[in-house]
Amino acid sequence: MRYSGLRLLTQALTGNRGWTPAWRDPQPKRAYDVVIIGGGGHGLATAYYLAKEHGITNVAVLEKGPIGLGNTGRNTTIVRSNYLLPENHNFYEWSLKLWEGLEQDLNYNAMVSQRGVLNLFHSDGARNAAARRGNAMRLDGIDAELLDKEQVRAYCPLIDVDNGRFPVMGGLLQQRGGTARHDAVAWGFARAADARGVDIIQHCEVTGIDVEGGRVTGVQTTRGPIRAGRIGLAVAGNTSRLAQMAGLDVPMESHVLQAFVSESVKPLVDQVITFGAGHFYISQSDKGGLVFGGGLDGWNTYAQRGNLPVVEHVWAAGIAMMPSLSRLRGLRQWGGVMDMTFDGSPIIARTPVAGLYMTAGWCYGGFKATPGSGWCHAWTIAKDEPHRLNAAHTLERFRDGRLLDERGNGPFPWLQ
Amino acid sequence: MTQRFRTASGGRIDRNRVLRFRFDGRAYEGHPGDTLASALLANGVRLVGRSFKLHRPRGIFSAGTEEPNALAELRSGARREPNTRMTMAELYDGLEAASQNRFPSLRFDLLSLGALAAPVLSAGFYYKTFMWPASFWEKVYEPLIRRAAGLGRAAREPDPDQYETMHAHCDVLVVGAGPAGLAAARVAGAGGARVILCEQDFELGGGLLMEPEHAAWRDETVSALQSMAEVTILPRTTVFGYYDHNVLGAVERVADHVAAPLPNTPRQRYWTIRAKTVVLATGAHERLIAFPGNDRPGVMLAGAAQAYATRFGVKAGARALLFANNDAAYDSLFALQDAGVAIAGAVDPRPESAGASAARARGISVWADSEIAGTSGGTALHGAHVRRRGGAGTDTAVVADLLCVSGGINPAVHLASQSRTPLRWNEALATYVPGVPVLAQHSAGAAAGVTGIAEAAADGAKAGAAALGAAAPAIPLPTGTTADARVLPIWEVKARGKAFVDIQDDVTTDDIRLAHREGYKHIEHAKRYTTHTMGTDQGKTGGIVGAAVLAEARGERVQDVGLPTFRPFATPVTWGAIAGAHVGKHFAPTRRTALHEWHVRNGAEFMDAGQWLRPAYYPIPTDTDAWESVLREARAVRRAVGICDVSTLGKIDVQGRDAATFLDRLYTNTFSTLAVGRARYGLMLREDGIVFDDGTTSRLAEDRFFVTTTTVNAAAVMAHMEFHLQTAWPDLDVQLASVTDQWAAMSIAGPKTRDTIARIVDGIDLSNGAFPFMAVGDGTVQGRPVRVFRISFSGEMAYEIATPSGYAEQVWNAVLAAGREFGITPYGVEALGLLRIEKGHVAGSELNGQTTAADLGLARMLKKRGDFIGRTLAQRAGLTDTGRPTLVGLRAARRDEKLRAGAHLVEPGSTTSHGWITSVTRAVEIEGWIGLAMLRGGAQRIGTRMHATFPLKGEVVEVEIVSPYFVDPENQRVRA
Amino acid sequence: MIRIDCPYCGPRDEVEFAYRGDATVRRPSADAPADAFYDYVYTRRNPRGWHVEWWHHAAGCRQFLKVVRHTMTHEVRQVAPATTVVDVPSE
Repeated sequence: MRYSGLRLLTQALTGNRGWTPAWRDPQPKRAYDVVIIGGGGHGLATAYYLAKEHGITNVAVLEKGPIGLGNTGRNTTIVRSNYLLPENHNFYEWSLKLWEGLEQDLNYNAMVSQRGVLNLFHSDGARNAAARRGNAMRLDGIDAELLDKEQVRAYCPLIDVDNGRFPVMGGLLQQRGGTARHDAVAWGFARAADARGVDIIQHCEVTGIDVEGGRVTGVQTTRGPIRAGRIGLAVAGNTSRLAQMAGLDVPMESHVLQAFVSESVKPLVDQVITFGAGHFYISQSDKGGLVFGGGLDGWNTYAQRGNLPVVEHVWAAGIAMMPSLSRLRGLRQWGGVMDMTFDGSPIIARTPVAGLYMTAGWCYGGFKATPGSGWCHAWTIAKDEPHRLNAAHTLERFRDGRLLDERGNGPFPWLQ
Repeated sequence: MTQRFRTASGGRIDRNRVLRFRFDGRAYEGHPGDTLASALLANGVRLVGRSFKLHRPRGIFSAGTEEPNALAELRSGARREPNTRMTMAELYDGLEAASQNRFPSLRFDLLSLGALAAPVLSAGFYYKTFMWPASFWEKVYEPLIRRAAGLGRAAREPDPDQYETMHAHCDVLVVGAGPAGLAAARVAGAGGARVILCEQDFELGGGLLMEPEHAAWRDETVSALQSMAEVTILPRTTVFGYYDHNVLGAVERVADHVAAPLPNTPRQRYWTIRAKTVVLATGAHERLIAFPGNDRPGVMLAGAAQAYATRFGVKAGARALLFANNDAAYDSLFALQDAGVAIAGAVDPRPESAGASAARARGISVWADSEIAGTSGGTALHGAHVRRRGGAGTDTAVVADLLCVSGGINPAVHLASQSRTPLRWNEALATYVPGVPVLAQHSAGAAAGVTGIAEAAADGAKAGAAALGAAAPAIPLPTGTTADARVLPIWEVKARGKAFVDIQDDVTTDDIRLAHREGYKHIEHAKRYTTHTMGTDQGKTGGIVGAAVLAEARGERVQDVGLPTFRPFATPVTWGAIAGAHVGKHFAPTRRTALHEWHVRNGAEFMDAGQWLRPAYYPIPTDTDAWESVLREARAVRRAVGICDVSTLGKIDVQGRDAATFLDRLYTNTFSTLAVGRARYGLMLREDGIVFDDGTTSRLAEDRFFVTTTTVNAAAVMAHMEFHLQTAWPDLDVQLASVTDQWAAMSIAGPKTRDTIARIVDGIDLSNGAFPFMAVGDGTVQGRPVRVFRISFSGEMAYEIATPSGYAEQVWNAVLAAGREFGITPYGVEALGLLRIEKGHVAGSELNGQTTAADLGLARMLKKRGDFIGRTLAQRAGLTDTGRPTLVGLRAARRDEKLRAGAHLVEPGSTTSHGWITSVTRAVEIEGWIGLAMLRGGAQRIGTRMHATFPLKGEVVEVEIVSPYFVDPENQRVRA
Repeated sequence: MIRIDCPYCGPRDEVEFAYRGDATVRRPSADAPADAFYDYVYTRRNPRGWHVEWWHHAAGCRQFLKVVRHTMTHEVRQVAPATTVVDVPSE
């Protein structure tokens, strides 16, 4: 059923009784050409692009719970491509381009809002790093602007440019960055993939990956075995566990990243702003809640909850950046479990097990990568080789020393 | 008599005192003991807000934290607090509040016209439209949606108030001071436990406060608790979150019940409480029933109406009708009757009940086996339509301006659930109660599904005893009979019109069914698709009702559908309270060197270096700009002598029999061959082969080294050393001490340095022969101990003098006096940077965690024999690739053109980056701008020209690629 | 909030400590092959369950402690000095 304003109107006149399920609820078949493990944004996007770009429609997405409720439904909804390394910014830029046409492509309003993403800096060193990054982006055709202190003040008057512990020197702005409605991304991809014949199978947990002679042959699930010659992993936070089912050790740790939303208020913060002198980023949802977060709790965990020390630091950083937030109230606190790699960049790649692929290790960057990750993962699965955009995002790069360390933090995931 | 809905007597308000307040500009009066909600009701104010999406009129619905409707902007200006629950706002004299989410006024809200389009604004409507044309989302649709959404308006100025942080430990934390909590605290306290009792209300008592017959027990218990030295009672304190290891967060509202905090008093206090055992006596929230028009002002939870009557002395209406599925709710109706409210009757879906019989005995008409199918009125309730269950027969129109609703109770299990206590279904109450806890925790009273004052208190006493874990003393307990709280689980009345399950967010039963129809069948999908329970009230009154509607659509039982996860915060928390004192200048500590006051007195401009404040430069009146100061300082070093405070460099004292072996493993180069009394530059890698840090290390004795680190890595290097010493090489006999703060250090540099310091340093022969480059020795300056290092960062002859921090200024002044005739000049970090760039020394911009030793031209520092951290992984192909960018020097081809760090190096006309500029400066050694860069094929490109492009500013500068050593490449000067 | 009972200082909040990851890996000897160093740095246990990990009591005694902690419940079962041999609990 195609969505449109006219359809809304005609449905409204008939009591909204004619709407049909956004996706089917099929029984799993015994075999598929491709099985995608993980029904979050990345898995659903992979399935969608397999069908749309490569004509591979005999595909199942297996999700242990309901779709879209892992990190897809737990992040702070930021989209941007303002990365330093060409391997990263060119990938994220492709993802951002997909975001820009996503709603028309999916016929689902994911509320992609290119409201601008501003990264503040507070020192000469940070300014130089921002300049290097912004210039690298510009050389590759990606939008970036350098704001000075007064331009920051004009751009977002709530920012305490002068009086904080670390006065703001300026900021790196990407106008095309912004936010999207996270749930709608999962639902939109699910609906569009389903429409192209993909089976989305919820409440189907993978309990084993069958490998024969170094090649995958299928999966064991709580709903029975399913055969497939190609399997894609898209299980953010749990990649280590799933990869081990195929006998693989992957260079990743699982960590919790907290996020918060305030009570709903009238429009206050019109952009996405990140603080440079402490871990903090903020935007305002269309519903009015301020959505914000900071750094990791910093120890291995699979639990989707964080603790008070990080809350204190993140909230203090928020007020350091925008003192008027002080009298607002936090409404909810939650956590998402992320694959933290040992260089802070993701993996979209083939694995040493033939027929097994993964999009994983997304660290902080998973949500914004959703369409690009699905697109590149689908390409890699369909062609059995990476696309140019994800050629560097291999598993082997750690062994080879071809690291993609944006921040220079080294092999310490808890510091990334 | 302005308070025309005030009862003649009764309640816990102080009728002898009058408090004046304003709501939407109109003046009203209330009494101490009122909330804003009770005072408005006393004045007959019914319409207090507008709903989130449809802007429908909304009245006061509850008397507590669960309030969905009665939200106000409290106070004004920088103290404006949006979305404040009127039911929790304690009245004070001069209170000012305004309704929110309406335009232009509460009564005539133009946005409510949008409700005409309500059928189109069904659940998730926005996912299906607003997509064409794509560019319209940010420009047209989204701004409209954002303006219509949102609730109150936030302040836009910095918060003038202060917040405080408290850390507490206790044996027993009791959350909630109703009958169960009071009894638990008393038992635990009497048994000798250290107890903290938190109550979110400003009065202790919970449900006791609306039961005058139990006032005596309450008062006696409270005074007993107050007399116990180890019991801390915290009223106005909300426990908002239950975290790992029995640590809970709470916020105490210290001064929210006055217009502004007293001077030096915090507005709120954030408590982190570590409890051995926790008693959760958080009570229960009454729940709504979804029937058409259940959102109209005048529809109120039955228990709330009772609380207003008995606690606040307020008639929430003139004529009340009850709609309830349980006997306990009849008590509320009887309390209203006793308070003088006319009773229109009771509507009960049950065919017969004890409550109905009791009502009839009081002369109250009861419509049994009936339900309410709709309400009438505009911005206030005029009446309700009563019909037989399921819609048989004709409706009866009943006139009432107060409709008390009770669909049963939901124990407040939020904190229990946050602590991973599983919830289990209680059939009698048709709700969830806590199961067996994971942590040391007990739920008691209504929070555990135990209803009635006497029963809850007894349950609390039991929990207190269990928490005590020892023989529990007996305490007096209240007695009395309790109405049956069991319910007939009806959730919804299906009739024409909008029946709300989430009153704040305008989520209707039809919305839930629509979500189900469209495949959003899981409770979490339905919640997110409809926004059910996502408002500031977190669905406390209607959450389970929505789940029940979904369950019916799925053809399942409510308990099979589950609930969305309870996450913190149990009640919303003030942002500033959690930040505490870590705001403004105190966001992070400020570290100052021992010479800081001297720098201040001598006019230094400071810059941040991590947490340190360091002098950037010292302007003098004749300097026309900062560059002039910096160049003047740097020239003084190149031509005569300068002095710079380098105390921020990390300093580590390494001692022990194996100290040299340890440093050999730590550094890429060798220290065991270093002679006593000599220093050596050292390079450290991370285990992954990337450069970690550098600095000079001196050998003070066979078994003692003095290590220096960069300022930024001081703590990290210390931890790195400790890690390897304790975990990898515990057999080594080495002791470490960080002495960064114990020693002040100053670098004296320039050709006149020896002439300067030789005058004041005693105990060391500073002649070049006796104390050559890289020599180290102990001496004195004016009798104060100093350690002198002949090391140089600038490329000039230089000595570093370290002295215990307390002597810093004396030694510094001695050097200044000695160098006066040479024009000794203090120089700051900017000149320091200029000098090191000219010398080609790498610093933070190059040691950025991404570069190898070879990248930095330091490959010769990797020893060929022996282990060191990073040795093996540094040999990985990607790190030895000859295509990696390497360090080069740059010079602007045109001497008047400026270089910028962050520019990329390209071939003219190309956009392919071959590298980037890491550091730049105006030079003093040569003319114009110079810089350092990381450049692919750097060594081969020396002598060529490239373009330094800076697209962010549209600049392109032609540069010469040169050696990074602009000054004295043969190192003659440092040895002079 | 994680609370760690430091054998030298007593029970303390996690904010006093710095995490340092998997404590079951051991630095290989100098002559070990590159793969051994790769595993030491990059092949780290990431279990959903009991994890033996380093915590540095940075704001206390400066000791690296071996902590046995569960990565779902966050329960801490054992805190030991660095050189103690600690078994990874199976359950």
